[in-house]
Amino acid sequence: MRGIISAGGYVPYRRLQRSQITTFFGSGGGKGTRSVASFDEDTTSMGVEAARACLRATAARPDSVWFASASPAYLEKTNATTIHAALRLDTDVAAFDMGGAVRSGVGVLAAAFRSSDTVLVVTSDIRGGLPTSADEQATGDAAAAILVGDDDAGGSGGAGSSVIAEYLGGASVSEEFVDRWRLPGETRSKAWEEKFGETKYLPLGDQAWNAALKNAGIEADQVNRLIVTGPHTRAVRALAGRLSVSTVNAKEALVDDLAASVGQTGTAHPALLLSSALEGAEAGQVIVLVSVVDGVDVLVFRTTEAIRGYRAARPVASQIANAADLPYGKYLSWRDVVTLEPPRRPEPDRISASVASRNDDWKFAFVASRDRSSGALHMPPARVSRDGGTIDDMEDAPMSEVIGTVAAITIDRIAYSPSPPIVFAVVDFDGGGRLPVELCDVDAASVKVGDRVEMTFRRLFSADGIHNYFWKARPVR
Amino acid sequence: MGSHGIKDQVAIIGMGCTPFTEHWDKGPDELLVDAATEAFADAGVAKADVDAYWLGTAMSGMSGMALSRPLQLDNKPVTRIENFCATGAESLRNAAYAVASGAYDLAMAIGVEKVKDSGYQGLVGASKSPTDGTGRTLTAAAMFAMCAPAYGAKYGVSDEQMREVLARISWKNHYNGARNPRAQFRKEVSMETICNAPLMAGGLGVFDCSGVADGSAAVIICRAEDAHRYTDTPMYIKALAFVAGNCSGNADPAYDYTWFPEIHASAVDAYAQAGVTDPRGQIAMAEVHDCFTPAELLIMEDLGFAERGTAWKEELAGTFDLKGELPVNPDGGLKSFGHPVGASGLRMVFEAWLQMRGKAPEQRRIETTKKLALTHNLGGYPGEMVSFCGIYGTELG
Repeated sequence: MRGIISAGGYVPYRRLQRSQITTFFGSGGGKGTRSVASFDEDTTSMGVEAARACLRATAARPDSVWFASASPAYLEKTNATTIHAALRLDTDVAAFDMGGAVRSGVGVLAAAFRSSDTVLVVTSDIRGGLPTSADEQATGDAAAAILVGDDDAGGSGGAGSSVIAEYLGGASVSEEFVDRWRLPGETRSKAWEEKFGETKYLPLGDQAWNAALKNAGIEADQVNRLIVTGPHTRAVRALAGRLSVSTVNAKEALVDDLAASVGQTGTAHPALLLSSALEGAEAGQVIVLVSVVDGVDVLVFRTTEAIRGYRAARPVASQIANAADLPYGKYLSWRDVVTLEPPRRPEPDRISASVASRNDDWKFAFVASRDRSSGALHMPPARVSRDGGTIDDMEDAPMSEVIGTVAAITIDRIAYSPSPPIVFAVVDFDGGGRLPVELCDVDAASVKVGDRVEMTFRRLFSADGIHNYFWKARPVR
Repeated sequence: MGSHGIKDQVAIIGMGCTPFTEHWDKGPDELLVDAATEAFADAGVAKADVDAYWLGTAMSGMSGMALSRPLQLDNKPVTRIENFCATGAESLRNAAYAVASGAYDLAMAIGVEKVKDSGYQGLVGASKSPTDGTGRTLTAAAMFAMCAPAYGAKYGVSDEQMREVLARISWKNHYNGARNPRAQFRKEVSMETICNAPLMAGGLGVFDCSGVADGSAAVIICRAEDAHRYTDTPMYIKALAFVAGNCSGNADPAYDYTWFPEIHASAVDAYAQAGVTDPRGQIAMAEVHDCFTPAELLIMEDLGFAERGTAWKEELAGTFDLKGELPVNPDGGLKSFGHPVGASGLRMVFEAWLQMRGKAPEQRRIETTKKLALTHNLGGYPGEMVSFCGIYGTELG
């Protein structure tokens, strides 16, 4: 049986109240909120967070990582290798990017089900538009990861992996027309008049739906949950209404598309909604994912008995509930729409590729070392123990999933940061180990000594076009 | 094995110290020439008489040629020294050992820093070594800021009391600096102004941070038995202790940011070298590394000037004031004298040189019958620090 082994969604902590756009400009905006990636996040770092949550919920491990984003942190250089490193996967695990188009998100997912590898699909996107635009308010930032494979064949993870949702089949239909486009290097996308796209997507949707159900051996009235998503709001709404009518219970079938809280997250949205749907699913439910962008893709699943034992590591629902508002001005500065006066400190130099490579395990996977004789934990890893002085008698101590406690805290108003001030804490980790580390997703005044924090993968800064990834701590919420 | 020190083996016979300020019109070369010239004159020796040089600079020049070229030394050995903010003290320590060994008759230690050419406020890190990007990007102010709440929590000092204690330290050092024509800030500042200053990091305001200044200081030393050939009032080196920490404070949860183990260790070594058994009773004055006000607070306890958990009361009581029981930073300290990194350690010795020989200007001259002066110079941050502790006296024995 092939299907979904695990899933993990990641919604960044900050929300923009859409009404703030109206308050600021007198136009644009709307109701509800959209999610906002922090200044220190990009599609790769968010992808890491989603992938960590996905792998935390299963013992299975992938033999391929496939990453898709319409807003990749790098071109030319593979972003999936960063995710691969942060997850500390073995070197014989493949890592590929399949990016550029929004459709690549659902495309990589569809391809994974047709593959025979255990594939970690990671999709991630940061969406936006010009201030007051429909895109600015309707979109959001998020990532989602799905581990695709066979029962008890979890790559390096081996036995024990169970498919929680069997892939029953699907269909993809494609047609060339101009709906939404963006040139390389541009930050905003443009869209053709919506009515035109709707006339194209509806027949394509019917075609894909019918073909997918036939391929899966399912009748429409067996469909319990229906996910319909895509950047083309009008076509999505129309198709959702049309398709849901024939399902088991039209009123309850449609999965919340998170438009009111998160926004449409482009490349990430199909897998995000799938992760969300799986969180509350019961065994034996038929879940259909319909993605509407540059064609229509339909994937059909049926949850298995194994889903009874599945618990999302960080449920999308709880990430939506645990959020904090961000002032619109901050949002504009984080997305480089406006440039704020920086602290008058030198900007950091680019990192050294060779130094970073030597310290891959520490920098990307947050692996410390533990002295075998004294047990003293060394962050960063060391050769000589500070306790007893033994040399080269250390074992790896992976710390990325270890919780810590704030032992001391300081707010630095004069240090360089892309979004000052820096909130820094000395964190003492459970079971030993201390690191002074930057805090993120916090309001400076709210952090106290004794607070519990967990690690999160972030982009500290970029210099000479090289992104500097490392870990920060955020409050356990 | 052992740290034996060189008590009474080496004597200071002359010193020089430029004003510490924003020397927009002077570079490191000019500052070095100024300090060296004053020191040569003070010792009554010529440049050619000095056999070897130690140049301390953290970021204003590389190699001994950063000194041999501006001074136009004639094939003399010059060693460039760097040890963070303790660079100046390190230049003296190394020069003194060379003289004590008999290798040279006369040596100069000279420190310099030109910090105001970067275009930024505060100090700008000198190291351009390529990194993996995982290191802290925190300022020193933020690191030292962590000590105040930690100390307060441990010893029951409220935030309001701590604000007053830190302000009192800053107030004292400004008061002293106001009486020092070479200091960067020569103005008394009210407690109220200090407390209400804009915040820089943590609870530290701008008056909790040392001045950032350019400057240079120099010292000329010889073997103790030769000292009276040059001066009737030499000052003898009693102890030179130095500790480079293993940076465990920021890696070991056992460290609590209420003391500096490196400073304590350097003090213990210095007292042993000098034969000091009662620091508070025997030390006449101390120049300590008050880079941020919480540093001076903790240093008072690490040096044994106050029992653990009591320095805050002593600061408030005026124990370390100019006319107090044990004047600390009578020249204004880093706070108001300013902090040209490579020069500060020698500037501290310069104040001991003036005070212990009764040459300090009258308005800041200390009144004491005690015979020893102490200088304490640190580099780095809480948890990862180098620390120097030196003791000097005008009498042998």
